[in-house]
Amino acid sequence: MKELICICCPQGCHLMVDEENDYAVTGNSCERGAEYGRTESMAPVRVLTSTVACEGGQILRCPVKTNGAIPKEKVWEAESLLQKVSVKAPVTIGQVILSDIAGSGADLIATKSVEAAD
Amino acid sequence: MYDLIIIGGGPAGLAAAKAAWNNGLKNVLIVERNWELGGILNQCIHNGFGLHHFKEELTGPEYAARYIEEVKATGVQVRLDTMVLDIHKALPETDDAGLSGQDDLPIYEVAMAGKECGYVCEKTKSIVLAMGCRERPRGGVVIPGTRPAGVFTAGAAQRYVNIDGYMPGKRVVILGSGDIGLIMARRMTLEGAKVLACVELMPYSSGLNRNIVQCLNDYDIPLYLSHTVTEIRGEKRVEQVVVNEVGPDRKPIPGTEMIFDCDTLLLSVGLIPENELTKDAGIEIDRRTKGAYVYENMETSLPGIFACGNVCHVHDLVDFVSDESERAGESAAAYVLSAGKGEAADCIETKNMDGATYIVPQKIRPANVDKFVKLFFRVGRIFPKADIVITSAGEEVARYHKKFLAPGEMQNIVLTKDQLQKCKGELQLTVEEKVEEKEVRA
Repeated sequence: MKELICICCPQGCHLMVDEENDYAVTGNSCERGAEYGRTESMAPVRVLTSTVACEGGQILRCPVKTNGAIPKEKVWEAESLLQKVSVKAPVTIGQVILSDIAGSGADLIATKSVEAAD
Repeated sequence: MYDLIIIGGGPAGLAAAKAAWNNGLKNVLIVERNWELGGILNQCIHNGFGLHHFKEELTGPEYAARYIEEVKATGVQVRLDTMVLDIHKALPETDDAGLSGQDDLPIYEVAMAGKECGYVCEKTKSIVLAMGCRERPRGGVVIPGTRPAGVFTAGAAQRYVNIDGYMPGKRVVILGSGDIGLIMARRMTLEGAKVLACVELMPYSSGLNRNIVQCLNDYDIPLYLSHTVTEIRGEKRVEQVVVNEVGPDRKPIPGTEMIFDCDTLLLSVGLIPENELTKDAGIEIDRRTKGAYVYENMETSLPGIFACGNVCHVHDLVDFVSDESERAGESAAAYVLSAGKGEAADCIETKNMDGATYIVPQKIRPANVDKFVKLFFRVGRIFPKADIVITSAGEEVARYHKKFLAPGEMQNIVLTKDQLQKCKGELQLTVEEKVEEKEVRA
């Protein structure tokens, strides 16, 4: 049995996940909690948000995110990859910065448009 | 003369502008002190915004971009790099015939200084206050010790890291477990700092559970509940902080000292609505919310001046800021277009009783309520299960069953017009704790 706090919504239900019984979830108040309990116990995933360096733009950092949840154990690898990246302004919101980051299947995309500096 | 001047171009100001335009005001100006719109959302690069409003999970800049696009599609005017200095009632003008040129509505003047406009005083029929809030600084929590560099509010550190691209330090202790502190624990860790501890005075965190899991537990950052920083050490730069456990009276327990070697202390110890302009204008302030007293339509004690978002009361979720601010924008439009008519004399005051720390709105004019009114409030402590009870003149008007109430989460209930009409003079909101059924059986 594994105890988890559900992060799907602010209620924060205390979940019990039975790993020996097909990851059966108890303590959840809704179906999303059951799904979270299973995923979190079998293969936890996270959306990574961070910033990359930005050249010639109005700001020095461009905010980015993975456009889907990536395996939790790939978060550090993805972060170290994006720290080496520098994008050139102009950047458009949604623009792919790194595709299939760390072999996760998700792309790293810009979450803000950055205009070129005057 | 403007129909409406909105002070602040963050999520509250943007939502108010959009709603005012869509409800018929065509001469609207947003005044923003930063070089871009979006306010604090620009530095909140994490996700989790918009679940209620857009039904998807967005980052702060993405949420801001949606509203900025919507406002840009209207004819709302925007003045960036401009600071509002003062708002006041304009003196009645006299025309050549010596008659007052005004009708019954007050005209306001907004004094501002900007990069392009210089110092100007703009006239307007209505104002929306959307200045947001500020972080409580070190002086607001009175931490003993020296005064070296390296003590930052969490939001200031967030700005340095996410927008300016500076790291404020390498070894970090965080005081306070508000959401910004938790988010910064993860952010500093990802950027290469070592976050040694998150220290919270209360026996519970004021942040969302999901942030404790995703930001602290994921990165093995310990959370010390019922602990506080009792000393900051270091001459030029922070060298150590001392942390003590606190008793039920929240006073440090001698002998429980833990010493952390660190160069940075981040403070996430609360937010305070930024109401200097409001106070100077003579608008009544509620000591509980530290924002203006507002009516059901977000109007303040001065007719035609509205307040919404974090300047009115501090919110946890931007989605609720947007909803509230759209109501303020709609109300400003209705006020200007009806020339202030429809003012209702009858007014009910809302009062927080046991278990609740404030209520917004503080005043309700039932005649102005169309179908229902939402009451927003916070509880004073954690209630696993409770009933929210509304009474007036000793009679119960409504009762709501709730679960998992915590001070860190704003609550809301809906009162219908029928229920409202049963209230006389004052409406009281009480939080009644309910014992879990399991415990009753045991």
